[in-house]
Amino acid sequence: MRIGVLALQGAFAAHCECLSSIGVEPVEIRTPAQLETVDALLMPGGESSTMSQLLESSGLFDAITERLASGMPTFGTCAGMILLASEVLDGRSDQRNFSAIDISVRRNAFGRQVDSFESSISTPIGEFHGVFIRAPRIERVGTAVEVIGSLGDEPVLVRQGNVLAASFHPELTSDARLHEYFVSTMSNTRKV
Amino acid sequence: MNSTSGSSVGTQRVKRGLAEMLKGGVIMDVVNAEQAKIAEDAGACAVMALERVPADIRRDGGVSRMSDPSMIEGIQATVRIPVMAKVRIGHFVEAQIIQQLGVDFIDESEVLTPADEKHHIDKFAFTVPFVCGATNLGEALRRISEGACMIRSKGEAGTGDIVEAVRHLRSILGDIRKITQADQAELFEWAKQLQAPLPLVQEIAETGKLQVPIFCAGGIATPADAALAMQLGAEAVFVGSGIFKSDDPAPRAKAIVEATTHFRDPEVLVRVSRGLGAPMTGINMDEINNTQRFAQRGW
Repeated sequence: MRIGVLALQGAFAAHCECLSSIGVEPVEIRTPAQLETVDALLMPGGESSTMSQLLESSGLFDAITERLASGMPTFGTCAGMILLASEVLDGRSDQRNFSAIDISVRRNAFGRQVDSFESSISTPIGEFHGVFIRAPRIERVGTAVEVIGSLGDEPVLVRQGNVLAASFHPELTSDARLHEYFVSTMSNTRKV
Repeated sequence: MNSTSGSSVGTQRVKRGLAEMLKGGVIMDVVNAEQAKIAEDAGACAVMALERVPADIRRDGGVSRMSDPSMIEGIQATVRIPVMAKVRIGHFVEAQIIQQLGVDFIDESEVLTPADEKHHIDKFAFTVPFVCGATNLGEALRRISEGACMIRSKGEAGTGDIVEAVRHLRSILGDIRKITQADQAELFEWAKQLQAPLPLVQEIAETGKLQVPIFCAGGIATPADAALAMQLGAEAVFVGSGIFKSDDPAPRAKAIVEATTHFRDPEVLVRVSRGLGAPMTGINMDEINNTQRFAQRGW
């Protein structure tokens, strides 16, 4: 399985390193032609409003929309989760999102950078060290969405079919278990 | 902070983490909320709030200090992207004030008048991350050893001349490439020559890269300048006077954002370079004498 990492802006380099560390060769995606060469996509953290604009100007917004509709396994972290959400609160009014997972997400809900934090969270692969940077909050989870990771009572890792989304940054630790989880579970599932 | 027990703020990982999020982006200097809005609309990944852009600081002379808190708050209220602000080298009280405002990143900057001729700020003492300028690898490693979470090549701010930024980037990244080829005995000599902590030099020899993200600043005026910095190995760019001192800031800002993302794609670079109007007039580096160079500030 070839995995692409959306490389318009943000923490794409850290995701690529994580994938390399588990023996998966990452492909940086900046154009629709590059997207055609991959089977799955990672959408990194960064600034969702910046990425949203670059998705438009590069033609990737429509290309990714099409691939998501046909079941492409996709993992969005932080800003990537915002882009995948069905509803974005406190975003820019012109910010577009893919509505690929039925959640409502509030941008920067955990506060400014001085409020950014790291904390242990529970996930399907056990305790995981979560790094939250100006993080979004999942305020509503649709009925088709499974909460698979939480920080206390709060959902921070969710899944709907082939779409996985996290409000934290697994790529900022040297622990690649969540990347492995994405690669292994998604390569076994087909369209929902 | 939320109430979850066992969580920690202000760690190096959390501070360096925000620098990771800014990669591949453009951080734009803005002097008021209106410019901040233009920058965010154009796709800036962050804005740097300051009272005068470097070109005006250079023109006006005098002492240049941190911005008025109310001006920074006005910008924070206008945009959703991270807001950065500058403090004078060594002026840790300006940094305390800026941190209290909830600014996302502090730039301990040579563009402002230095407050301390020997000491930079102890950046480990802060929750907010710091970026510092560097002209060479030794300077970069000294700043990292003081707690800087991002390094930007200094270039020469307010000139619109890219030559110094290229010199500094090539110096920092070129020395990193050489260090990866050095043997253990040579690393001692490298640390001595660079006046930098040996463990940091040894770490670079192992990993082949700087401990924190390296961005480019000082002299970027066109989409081609931004792509040049990226192809040389910068991971993002700061644009100061280059946008709001040009004829038509909004399209130029958007073009520089696209050029920074698609820095290896000549087709995109042609498209975004067309019809932008006049860039900032700029000052050729040969016209500036040594005492007027901001890059020499910092130790």
